[in-house]
Amino acid sequence: MSIIENHKTDGKPFCDSAKLSARDVCVHYGEKQAIFDVSLDIGKNEVIALIGPSGCGKSTFLRCLNRMNDTIDICKVTGEIVLDGGNIYDPKVDVVPLRATVGMVFQKPNPFPKTIYDNVAYGPRIHGLATSRVDLDEIVEKSLQRAGLWAEVKDRLHSPGTGLSGGQQQRLCIARTIAVDPEVILMDEPCSALDPIATAKIEELIDELREKYTIAIVTHSMQQAARVSQRTAYFHLGQLIEVNSTDKVFTTPEHQLTEAYITGRFG
Amino acid sequence: MTNSNLTTRQKVEASMARRRASETRFRLYGMASVLFGMLCLVVLFGDIFSKGYSAFSQTVLTTEIYLDADYLEISTTSDEQALMNANYEGLVKNHFKTEMQPSGRKERRQLYSMISAGAGWQIQKEILADTSLIGQTITIDLIMDDDVDQWFKHDHGNDDGSTRLSEAQLGWLDSWVESGDLHTRFNTTFFVNGDSREPELAGIRGAMTGTFLTLLVTFLLSFPIGVAAAIYLEEFAPKNRLTEIVEININNLAAVPSITFGLLGLAIFINIFGVSRSTPLVGGLVLTLMTLPTIIISGRAAIKAVPPSIREAALGLGASKMQTVFHHVLPLALPGMLTGTIIGMAQALGETAPLLMIGMIAFVVDVPGFINDPSTVLPVQIFLWSDSPERAFTERTSGAIMVLLGFLIIMNTAAVVLRRRLERRW
Repeated sequence: MSIIENHKTDGKPFCDSAKLSARDVCVHYGEKQAIFDVSLDIGKNEVIALIGPSGCGKSTFLRCLNRMNDTIDICKVTGEIVLDGGNIYDPKVDVVPLRATVGMVFQKPNPFPKTIYDNVAYGPRIHGLATSRVDLDEIVEKSLQRAGLWAEVKDRLHSPGTGLSGGQQQRLCIARTIAVDPEVILMDEPCSALDPIATAKIEELIDELREKYTIAIVTHSMQQAARVSQRTAYFHLGQLIEVNSTDKVFTTPEHQLTEAYITGRFG
Repeated sequence: MTNSNLTTRQKVEASMARRRASETRFRLYGMASVLFGMLCLVVLFGDIFSKGYSAFSQTVLTTEIYLDADYLEISTTSDEQALMNANYEGLVKNHFKTEMQPSGRKERRQLYSMISAGAGWQIQKEILADTSLIGQTITIDLIMDDDVDQWFKHDHGNDDGSTRLSEAQLGWLDSWVESGDLHTRFNTTFFVNGDSREPELAGIRGAMTGTFLTLLVTFLLSFPIGVAAAIYLEEFAPKNRLTEIVEININNLAAVPSITFGLLGLAIFINIFGVSRSTPLVGGLVLTLMTLPTIIISGRAAIKAVPPSIREAALGLGASKMQTVFHHVLPLALPGMLTGTIIGMAQALGETAPLLMIGMIAFVVDVPGFINDPSTVLPVQIFLWSDSPERAFTERTSGAIMVLLGFLIIMNTAAVVLRRRLERRW
């Protein structure tokens, strides 16, 4: 299998109420090109799942959306990604407000080696979102509640966040992300390190969060993509092969590669 | 014979004896090297302790001495000039002349040489502390000369004729030993005095203070500079040819012979910047140059060891680069950095060669008060004493080594304790 020459994404990569619009995004790691001309809209208050075999560039593309790739020296991004009318790759854009607007949850739960409270309060503190101690307490409580963790940790807010179980840690990381009150949340395989019960809880949470946030989730589990997302984008070797409503992708895929992948012939 | 008809299991079992033998041999090599190292350490410590423990005791003679106001020419006790300048040494000599009745000039000189030159200062100290003692008879432990000290501590009882004392002197000593007046006490002089030409008056206070001040300068300069350099190189510097050259040179500097840093200090700090020589300031500057590579390298390793997921978490929340470093990376890297720093400081503590180049080998009697006073440091003091011909300096050399080793052990223990205490890997 190799790169398809002059491929044009099948299905409906664009939508009317786009929160984020990527246009002709290419990513190079040094000499090697990882993403080829990806154009994709992510609509307001929708969950979009990015699926595809390992190494297809879906995580790389996700990390372009809040410029986390900036931390890798050899990584070069071209094309444009527009958030609320402004190109986030404009040299004048500062990544700090961008990342406060586009939050991220990582593959492995990565709470800070601090207390549960401090983990959640960190974002609001550095951005000055709380004017008083009471304010901050409220933000922490609300975020933990929204992440479905409040009941489990309310009696031990000042014990270390790393002492929680894997699923709780991941929900703590989600609480930490929503404490900053972003508009978009990027999730990079948030359940890959968790057991089915913890996974179910997180999926439920994603569904609830959709009301308020726009969510892009990278996942290896097609069932998960089917369960949580409204639209699904299939990546293959750095190309965006097909984007359609999740129902359509999983029942009548347009492209043969998508079909091969979802029926388990490779990946 | 071909063994092609043997099963794999049989072949493996046939080779087992050889494999076990080579494993046993390898384990023996390892144990032998460890044992050899331990043995060397035991010999070294044993040698130093057996030579050095006697440095912590000093032979004194309990004497009743009349503080004659007329002899001392002190008419009024308020006359400080007279109190300072009175002939206390003469008073001591006079006392022993009348007491022991030496016959002739030669014996008299021999008698006087048995009492330390410091005996007069002992009397002066007593009087300056309490002037009402003038005109009274006091009992005082007078410090004896190093030859007497060595005889009493080592040769007394097993006279093999190696002593430098004469028949007359040995006679007096025997009478003092018999009366119980001659005895040893804890050698406080060793800890409160600076260096001296007289072994019985020489102490390590000057060297210890010098060491402390030098290390203070070294720490205050090298820790912030080293940590800042490590953070910049690891977190902020672009990865290009220039930073690569800087990195290679830092690694090279760590391997540069320390005396070279001494030459550099002499050329730059003393000759160009005019920092005065033999001071803890210039010593600290030179040792800073020497410890910086150690601190930078260990600091970078500690920063590298912080999991990247922590950095990503902070950056993903919108923390700026500096917030990420100072709120998350540095607290996790600090234990490692401190360990590196203390190891660097311990290295600086034992360093001699570069300090010789910048004049810290000078004979300094006064205890330094500040970083710009001339002083020496412990290892250089050890070097100086080891070169002295007097027998009493040999034991003082070992004594000073014991003190230095003590400091090293304390610092290394502190490094371990600090690392344990600060490590927050919940």
